[in-house]
Amino acid sequence: MNHVWTIAEQNKGKLRAVSFELLSRGRKLADKIGTKLCAVLLGANVSDETLQELILRGAEEVYFVDDARLENFIVETYSNVLADLIRQYRPHTILAAATSSGRTLMPHVAIQVTTGLTADCTELDIEEGTNHLLQTRPAIGGNIMATIKTPNHSPQMATVRPKSSRPLTLDRTRQGEIVRLVLKEELVDLRVQVIGYRKEAEEFVNIEEAEVVVAGGKGLKKAENFVLLRELASRFNGVLGASRDAVDRGWLPYSHQVGLSGKTISPKLYICAGISGSIQHLAGIKTSEYIVAINQDPDANIFQLADFGIVGNLFEIIPLINAKLAAHKKKEGE
Amino acid sequence: MDIIIPIKQVPETSNVKMDKETGTMIREGVVSVINPLDLYAIETGIQLKEKFGGKVTVCTMGPQSAVKAVKEAIAMGCDEGILISDKKFAGADTWATSYTISETIKKLGSYELVITGERATDGDTGQVGPGIAAWLGLPLATYVSKITNVTSDSITVERLVKDGYQILKMPLPALLTVVKEISNPRLPTLRGKKKARASQIQVMSAVDLQLNDACIGLKGSLTRVIKIQYPKVSRGGKIVKASGETGLNDAVEALFQFLVEKKLI
Repeated sequence: MNHVWTIAEQNKGKLRAVSFELLSRGRKLADKIGTKLCAVLLGANVSDETLQELILRGAEEVYFVDDARLENFIVETYSNVLADLIRQYRPHTILAAATSSGRTLMPHVAIQVTTGLTADCTELDIEEGTNHLLQTRPAIGGNIMATIKTPNHSPQMATVRPKSSRPLTLDRTRQGEIVRLVLKEELVDLRVQVIGYRKEAEEFVNIEEAEVVVAGGKGLKKAENFVLLRELASRFNGVLGASRDAVDRGWLPYSHQVGLSGKTISPKLYICAGISGSIQHLAGIKTSEYIVAINQDPDANIFQLADFGIVGNLFEIIPLINAKLAAHKKKEGE
Repeated sequence: MDIIIPIKQVPETSNVKMDKETGTMIREGVVSVINPLDLYAIETGIQLKEKFGGKVTVCTMGPQSAVKAVKEAIAMGCDEGILISDKKFAGADTWATSYTISETIKKLGSYELVITGERATDGDTGQVGPGIAAWLGLPLATYVSKITNVTSDSITVERLVKDGYQILKMPLPALLTVVKEISNPRLPTLRGKKKARASQIQVMSAVDLQLNDACIGLKGSLTRVIKIQYPKVSRGGKIVKASGETGLNDAVEALFQFLVEKKLI
């Protein structure tokens, strides 16, 4: 039927923000091809109102496969269900989020339905004439941008980097159809069981989806000094990130690690202090909208990528920034 | 517990310099190393073997020179190595690569676990591990940060997801892709290096594996790279120096103005 699909993500019946980012991407593609945009959601206990939001944010159809056994992401069953839907509805394009679920599900589905897949795209377009999906992603440590397509197989599939696009604004005039589907028994694979969840002692960070990330590296000298950055991050409602050096020293857990061996992120604002900027680190932050760097070494690589840089001692600079922001907030509050 | 660990050889990039004109990596003199995230897979495999017995087989798809990566893994403590090498494999995308590796695994006989790094630092796709699981029909856990329990027919793991750790129990054989939290890779020992030098690495070609030519290498790949661009490295941002009291205040004031101008506060 040649529609454009986005794979929405939910947690405990609530949609994740990345679902709406995918719809804004998908909307552009569907309009260019002249076809419908459909959101696909697998889950349990999702209200009509929640599903409706997918329509108000760009979808014309919502396929919701509703079953208690889909409450948690389990790749085997999710992959079976999506592959079955693909065979049934023959979509033109499928976009999923380059999150831990999307990056697990989609390569599994690609094998099941024999089609290509491009990971972690930051730009998407439709090729004139062929209507192929042009999938652009940073490669080789972010030093090149490669545009990739799947010329002879369908659907065209890509995972899309979270935060690399903005959701459409909620439009209450949009209309669409919600199709509730029943989970077919033969697609259920119960080999893998979810036994539970564990959160880290301190608040768990999701640096991939944060608007603002404040990161520190070797220059912080010790774990206790991250308190400076923690304060700065909280002033932006942001989260703490760390370079590989800082994580390897045990100053912050791995979930905070920014860079090729950690997370690749695209926040609106990335502030880093005491990070010189290895190739891997730069590759992980390249698609941030604004980058602010503070480092003692004027020749540090990080300044090449900075929109604003301060050369100097972070232990002098950060407290001043924190004080300045506090004063600003107070003034605004008056 | 018999374990198979597919690894990849990647360019060692931690000391690579950038060409400021073209924005490309200066590749001269860049040596190849085992993908850093694969080291965690290797370490995990060796630890499981030490605890439960069995054998760790490492395999890699690549040119003849990739034998170095296999030998390094043996020096760390893996028992056997296989090089999947054929000119026909060149240019494989993740679909063709996961097919080739899964066919190799089928030829290796029985096993309880396949462990891979979560992704390789060069391609950065993370698609080959899940792809192999799909080809082999193995239960899959990605982003595994901890193995909490192993029995004769099951494994319990924690995987790093968006809001914490998901705990999964799955039957064996299974495939895990691991992140660096899972282990601290050991260095090769002198004895290990000796053993690696002495070991014969079996080379498997497309013919040895009886692979369909239409499914391997560039020809078997479903994706095509159609354009490469070199993004400008430098953003040409404003860089200010902060030294002395006035310099410090001026720098922070300038940053504040920047944040206001860009509507970031």
